[in-house]
Amino acid sequence: MFDIKKHIKANSVDHAIALLQENPDARLIAGGTDVLIKLRDGKSGFSELVDIHGLEELKVIRRDKKNNILIGSGATFMDIIQSDIIKNHLPMLCEAASSVGGPQVRNVATIGGNVCNGVTSADSASSLFALNAILEIRGKGLTRQTPVSKFYLGPGKVDLKKGEILTAFKITPENYQGYFGNFYKYAMRDAMDIATIGCAVSLKTKNHILTDFRIAFGVAGPVPLRCPKTENAVMNQKVSENLLDEISQTIETDVSPRTSWRASREFRMNLIKELSKRATKEALTRAGEEV
Amino acid sequence: MNEYREITFSINGRPRTLYIDIRKSLLEVLREDLGLTGAKQGCGVGECGACSVLVDEVLVDSCIYLAVWADKKHIRTIEGEARSGILSKVQQAYVDEGAVQCGFCTPGFVMATTSFTKECAGKKLTEDEIRKAHAGNLCRCTGYENIVKAIEKSMGPDKE
Repeated sequence: MFDIKKHIKANSVDHAIALLQENPDARLIAGGTDVLIKLRDGKSGFSELVDIHGLEELKVIRRDKKNNILIGSGATFMDIIQSDIIKNHLPMLCEAASSVGGPQVRNVATIGGNVCNGVTSADSASSLFALNAILEIRGKGLTRQTPVSKFYLGPGKVDLKKGEILTAFKITPENYQGYFGNFYKYAMRDAMDIATIGCAVSLKTKNHILTDFRIAFGVAGPVPLRCPKTENAVMNQKVSENLLDEISQTIETDVSPRTSWRASREFRMNLIKELSKRATKEALTRAGEEV
Repeated sequence: MNEYREITFSINGRPRTLYIDIRKSLLEVLREDLGLTGAKQGCGVGECGACSVLVDEVLVDSCIYLAVWADKKHIRTIEGEARSGILSKVQQAYVDEGAVQCGFCTPGFVMATTSFTKECAGKKLTEDEIRKAHAGNLCRCTGYENIVKAIEKSMGPDKE
């Protein structure tokens, strides 16, 4: 039994926004794979719920006329894995979704919940950072957009005001067309585990020159992060083995992993350096480059 | 303040209408209100899969699934798998391969395999893929070898 005092089912996004206005202490519940565990743990702040579980309006994955890819926040990881649009255009996100938990969790947990949780280990977050995802947020009488990099304010804290709902992730064509990516999750087990380090790379090459390079990590700092120093340092360089070494050397200056019971700072730093090479190499291979 | 709500759903093909406490998980309704004790509570946090059931043919951990979400859905549990005393193909494969030891995880495993064999019908899969697809179910007795054999058998051709 969960310690729920009030449970109201929303029939639409507008209804959910209205319910959040009427019930200022209420929290949203979607897949429930985090909220119900917090409730079971006796954590406070979740006793009033506005329920958006399975809301069709939030599950849509589509490509609009301008070739933007829109992923509804209520899409489950299984919806993402099975989507041809994601498979064909954002395979990196497909890899990230496949690395989440086990089948039962992937069948109900949503990408919106993964990000709104605000945790650094969210498997989908580093890919969304590398894709420059834009978050569409709706509140009473307003719709706003914010880049994923500005959404994370601190551990467990995201830029979602009371009464607002994250409705979709938008990936614009200039952020995926012509790009090749890779997501690499390192964990103690091959499944059902929280990432020790998650690494997403998205890049573009032309005539064996790296014309764009983006690298993002989860668990390499208090929130998921991009590595601007490394990205700038290697931009427009020739693809080579040396380039990979340069990436793994510069990357240390971009990250700030910490020691936790899961892994020490030193081990995480070692992983970050190694994964930066492996994920970049795989993305380069997919781009048709030889390294 | 206890809140109750009416939900209508089908359980193993039978329509039911229940007046349930909104605080309950689907697992609690199955076990306490319907007396279907096949699905077990193991970890209670979605890691062990002992509570696995199918909701509209989708495999879920019923311990972290609100009972109110079952409204208008079709639920399948281990109790509905055998028909007229004849085990399902998956159940029979688990028996034949000795994939059951203490039995606590078995109802969840059988539902996971039932969902998996349907999704992967006709595909040739590696042992690694089979193991990954069952990563959400834990067994503390068997060491998984016989379970993997049972899953492979479940995917094989039907016996005449």
